[in-house]
Amino acid sequence: MKSNIIIIGGGLAGLMSAIKVAEAGQHVKLFAIHPTRRSHSVCAQGGINAAKNLKGEDDSVLKHFDDTVYSGDFLANQPPVLKMCEAAPGIIDLTDRMGVMYNRTPEGLLDFRRFGGTKYHRTAFAGTTTGQQLVYALDEQVRRFEAAGLVEKFENWEFMSPVIDDAGTCRGIVAINLYTMEIKAFPADAVIAATGGIGAIFGKSTNSIVNTGSAVSAFYQAGAAYANPEMVQVHPTAMPGEDKTRLISESARGEGGRVWVPRDGKPWYFLEEWYPAYGNLVPRDVASRAIFKVVYELGLGVEGRPVVYLDISHLPKEDLETRLFGIMEIYQTYTGQDPRKVPMQVFPGVHYNMGGFWVDYDMATNIPGLFAAGEAEYQHHGANRLGANSLVSCIYDGMAAGPAAADYASGLKTRSEDMPTSLFEAEVKRQAAINAGLTAKDGNENLRALYHEMGEVMRENVTVVRYNEKLKGTDAKLRELLERFDNISLPDGGQSLVFARELKNMLILARAITLAALTRNESRGAHYKPEYPKRDDANWLKTTKAFYAPDGPRFEYEPVDISLIEPRERHYELE
Amino acid sequence: MNKSEKFTARIKRQEGPGREPYWEEFELTFRPGMNVIIALMDIQKNPATRDNKKTTPVSWECSCLEEVCGACAMIINGVPRQACSTLIDGLETPVVIEPLTKFPLVKDLVVDRRSIFENFKKIRAWIPIDLTYGAGPGPRVSREAQMKAYPLSRCITCGDCLEACPQVNSRSPFMGAAVLNQATLMDSHPTGRMNRAERLAAVRAKGGIGDCGNAQNCARVCPKDIPLVDSIARLNREAIIDGLLKWLEK
Repeated sequence: MKSNIIIIGGGLAGLMSAIKVAEAGQHVKLFAIHPTRRSHSVCAQGGINAAKNLKGEDDSVLKHFDDTVYSGDFLANQPPVLKMCEAAPGIIDLTDRMGVMYNRTPEGLLDFRRFGGTKYHRTAFAGTTTGQQLVYALDEQVRRFEAAGLVEKFENWEFMSPVIDDAGTCRGIVAINLYTMEIKAFPADAVIAATGGIGAIFGKSTNSIVNTGSAVSAFYQAGAAYANPEMVQVHPTAMPGEDKTRLISESARGEGGRVWVPRDGKPWYFLEEWYPAYGNLVPRDVASRAIFKVVYELGLGVEGRPVVYLDISHLPKEDLETRLFGIMEIYQTYTGQDPRKVPMQVFPGVHYNMGGFWVDYDMATNIPGLFAAGEAEYQHHGANRLGANSLVSCIYDGMAAGPAAADYASGLKTRSEDMPTSLFEAEVKRQAAINAGLTAKDGNENLRALYHEMGEVMRENVTVVRYNEKLKGTDAKLRELLERFDNISLPDGGQSLVFARELKNMLILARAITLAALTRNESRGAHYKPEYPKRDDANWLKTTKAFYAPDGPRFEYEPVDISLIEPRERHYELE
Repeated sequence: MNKSEKFTARIKRQEGPGREPYWEEFELTFRPGMNVIIALMDIQKNPATRDNKKTTPVSWECSCLEEVCGACAMIINGVPRQACSTLIDGLETPVVIEPLTKFPLVKDLVVDRRSIFENFKKIRAWIPIDLTYGAGPGPRVSREAQMKAYPLSRCITCGDCLEACPQVNSRSPFMGAAVLNQATLMDSHPTGRMNRAERLAAVRAKGGIGDCGNAQNCARVCPKDIPLVDSIARLNREAIIDGLLKWLEK
């Protein structure tokens, strides 16, 4: 009998999960806010890592593994990281077979470039639009299964809540059609949450604005454990903007781009001076902190503003056009300036969520029947993600979560169709009541103003540098915003209603992020506290697990699996 | 435009399919770097018309805000383009914003472009790999071939080219440049070429390349500067040669 698997999210993790489930002959319902081809994975620019060792550098899977664990400051459980690194070369081959137009060497082989946190040319790329090409390739394979009747797409639908039975098993979901506002329940034998990142909680980020984390928050409120909420990556080089901070890929530096500020009338290449071994290619947490130091402690931001230069104007013209075109196009579109001629002005911006659904080594969350994949889960990146590991982890997760969910579904004694319809009707009713409650509100608080305030306080206090007093203040502010949320009124019953639900979910997840950061009194990876500047393995070599409670998150901690590599201090200044 | 200068946005609105469209004007304040998305967000924060009448916020779709997802296509001052990459500075005012007209309207500036993806199915726009299990590396591709194919692979399916095309309209089944370009792209891949015959059959069928009128509007509005005219011409040559060969084989 065919199982019925629901996948939420149409980015790389969701698409790859769908391919794997369909390939196993099971039926998929794939839910996405926009057509899957528009998913946020398209924004990934620089490339995808795999130790193919095609440049005669003696690169290996074990070195990729070590770079990943080391860059993550030893917070990741090591066995699943190793599995991902082992799978990576095969993932590149697979996507190459699917037609991704990767850049080539003169011999027609895949070309590789350097990225942050490594000494090897390990990153395959398609110009600076690698994520876009990967999404399209997977989307096309999914379309093939769609045409064959194995995948049914629900595009322009947004997930609202899981349907969980009395035994605590996930039996399906309730979703809303964003075009008609219809609310409907969908039974499933297993659910895979591939719901992506949470950038919108910080107001402005390099993420697409659909990346609210609302779905993750809804699962968290339904009992899913949320791991390492405090680990949020801030990318060192993004273009500040009013609507978002637009990413300027690490590949700019991988290809030889240099970061500098003027000092005493001369360019000062501070990353190269401070970190001679890695130079401009130090990992992202290190680079972001260095830029903060130069701008806020040394007061050396360009023209007194919080920006530094990222310079690619000295690179060979042909390399710029064939290898970095996409980022030059973005920069030029929004600033009117040509990075071929003038250095770009950049500043760190919120980029990636290392935290996410707690999952076991088989991608299962603590809710039976619920699996998680991609940026939505926490497994591979520890306290700081290595550049160009996100695409590989998303695809790897789909390859792991799809079969895991299909296996689980096949082994079910009671299937979703055996469940009473009342279970699903009750959840639809509950969600409709929440909507009716929101629509009936008649207060004087402005939804968008609350969102703006949340983003500001989160960016100010819960990104690169964290102080406990400020984190406490942030949580107080978030609680205040949650109270004021009760006093909103909606200007319309369409997009505003959907956004109101997202905002409430964001505020709840923001508290978990903030309080997890407050509790972890050490510095590790992206989590940096000047009051506790050192990594503290004796007390904090452990995974944070947040559980929802109405009055605030409850935290549990579990030891990190360090069975393969002995933790060591991170140093990027020396070999 | 100068910082803090006021300008007017005139927006075509419609509650839903079959409802009467109407226009509303909004007074907005210019800031450097402002794009059409920021203008729409300003309205969202304070939905009031120019004459200070409360209204509903304008509905629209967007996601990446850096011109790579294709969601925010709309007609701005008569030209189909992406709202995120259209800066206010340099636009004539009032800025006139309308939904695309070649797709079913959902609400205000939201239209349903899923027909593009349905047409992808018709032309079998995929590389027919066997299975996703380890089968070694993909085929060798020369640098030249990659450099020729890569620009075609940057299509964001925004629908701007279909909107601008005189041959795409309610009386015609023409699938348009975005779809035909996908066929060219798939045909240019060594494995994709293997199912070229069935793809070209779809391309030659009703609604396919025969309906292209060579107006070349598609290439003029494409936000990613895809060489669509060249792409369609290449496909046309392939379709003709393939058709001739089939005829000779008879």
